[in-house]
Amino acid sequence: MKTFSTIAVLSAALTLSACSGGLFDSNSRLGGTGANGVNGAGGSDISAGALAPNSVAYFDQTIGNTVLFAVDQSTLSPEARSVLTQQAAWLVANPSFTAVIEGHADEQGTRIYNLNLGSSRAAAVRDFLVSQGVSDARLQIVTYGKERPLALCSDEACYAKNRRSVTVIGAGAIS
Amino acid sequence: MMTRVLAILGLVCMSLWAGLAAAQSPLRIEIDNPNIEPLPFAVPEFIAETSGADQYAANLARVVASDLTGSGLFREIPQNAFISTLTNFDSPVQFSDWKAINAQALITGAVSTVGDGQIAVKFRVYDVFAEQELGGGLQFVGSIDGWRRMAHKVADAVYSRITGEGPYFDSRVTFVSETGPKNARQKRIGIMDYDGENTQFLTTDQSIVLAPRFSPDGNRVIYTSYETGEPQIYVLELGTVTRQRLAEQPGTMTFAPRFSPDGRSIVYSLTTGRNNDIFRMSLDGSAPQRLTNDPTIETAPSFSPDGSQIVFESDRSGTQQLYVMPAIGGEATRISFGQGRYSAPVWSPRGDLIAFTKQNRGRFHIGVMNADGSGERLLTASFLDESPTWAPNGRVLMFTRESPGEAGTSTLYSVDISGRNLRAIRPNASDPSWSPLLK
Repeated sequence: MKTFSTIAVLSAALTLSACSGGLFDSNSRLGGTGANGVNGAGGSDISAGALAPNSVAYFDQTIGNTVLFAVDQSTLSPEARSVLTQQAAWLVANPSFTAVIEGHADEQGTRIYNLNLGSSRAAAVRDFLVSQGVSDARLQIVTYGKERPLALCSDEACYAKNRRSVTVIGAGAIS
Repeated sequence: MMTRVLAILGLVCMSLWAGLAAAQSPLRIEIDNPNIEPLPFAVPEFIAETSGADQYAANLARVVASDLTGSGLFREIPQNAFISTLTNFDSPVQFSDWKAINAQALITGAVSTVGDGQIAVKFRVYDVFAEQELGGGLQFVGSIDGWRRMAHKVADAVYSRITGEGPYFDSRVTFVSETGPKNARQKRIGIMDYDGENTQFLTTDQSIVLAPRFSPDGNRVIYTSYETGEPQIYVLELGTVTRQRLAEQPGTMTFAPRFSPDGRSIVYSLTTGRNNDIFRMSLDGSAPQRLTNDPTIETAPSFSPDGSQIVFESDRSGTQQLYVMPAIGGEATRISFGQGRYSAPVWSPRGDLIAFTKQNRGRFHIGVMNADGSGERLLTASFLDESPTWAPNGRVLMFTRESPGEAGTSTLYSVDISGRNLRAIRPNASDPSWSPLLK
């Protein structure tokens, strides 16, 4: 009954494939944005005195580079519009700078949905700044979804801080 | 820095079914029985038939046992309960010795070196109480480095013969490996055997990477990377570890790509901020086509296995729900109507079910529904479960479970589509994608 019919030995064409070759191009741009980057914390030196109004530190700290959003929304609150109006005025007064607007979401939601939501938030900020006279060409948006939370707890106190956009002023001014 | 990736090793299977079709046998697990009892089996250490094979004899049996018990459908009888000792693969089996310890299935195996860095593994499966062999003997020949794959092949054959389901153990999973704190998490694309062994890395941790997905032939992985500073889609050839950017559409961000079943095109999400829509592009270089055009969020597309339809997620009704549309775009039909928000749908390789992530009352679930939206079943519940992927046989899902809080981490889990057999597969990992069965 046991039929172990002999085994056809198939010469095993084992293709252990070679793998060399450049996966990583050392010249490629790696990582995300710069020092102010994805955490939204102002990276500039914090001196005690008043900041020069045309400094990036003034933009980040005195005006504020961050605005917050309601759950699952990308519409701008009155508070957000107030901050963004000042951001726009600064950008108009300092026309040599560019900005990357990061859109972020809290962790309630799937990764893919939050990428869309972060994009919508960043675009809402961009569109508002443009409506206030900032050239579209100086503004770029990027969504981080829920990839880079600012506050780490898993309740509303932290979620509220993570539903944000951060306007990151370009270190290099445009010529 | 350069990650050395072993490409899939070729393994040759000599099927000799010895003329026995695995016809209806008395030894059978009815996999959909809700009161299923795991089937007790014994797998003695394989017999080393040549001197160089000793080290594999025990390890092969251990991997076979681990695969079978890991399915949740089998229970191993410990070796210290065995009465018989096998010394020769061709000796008659003393069925009474195996009946006495209630081994309903007995798996015997032998391994030999066949020169040139290869080993041959052969095995038989017995229905102990029927006192007969179940299916014919089978032998695999392959590289010594691939011994685990041969064990998975043996376990796949046993699983399929007893359950009647397709195999899935000889498969791989690509995923995102996560390290570092929650606000600065470093991510790399990894690839591992389905059981978490043999991990290799395909990218560095310099850029955020998201949601790798296998091509239908298992030779490529498509994923999203932030290496330009914003999310963009790349395709990586596993054989050569070379990659290429796709869907370069200036002024847009692209993500959530998946292959079509024929591997010739991809569907993906594209956002300009003002619009979040689904696009499709052929890999022959022709221009991307827009499949949706709505002011709301349309995202997370997944093809049906016949390539004719796409299931996706949209909040056009006010909350995220699942819709099905023709694969060339066109009118979409909503299929999810339960409470809560539905997202990240993925069509089963069998075509019968769609798996999804559901949020309801502050909890996340992995669930499945029929392709027409009927018969919804939630399989898991936790603080945050998401991103299901199907095993090649459409019986098992793997997904990401995230724990809450500052020290929260992601872990890959698997669960049977019955909701049974929830198992942790790998810590510090997310976004799994299960390969097709390896060739």
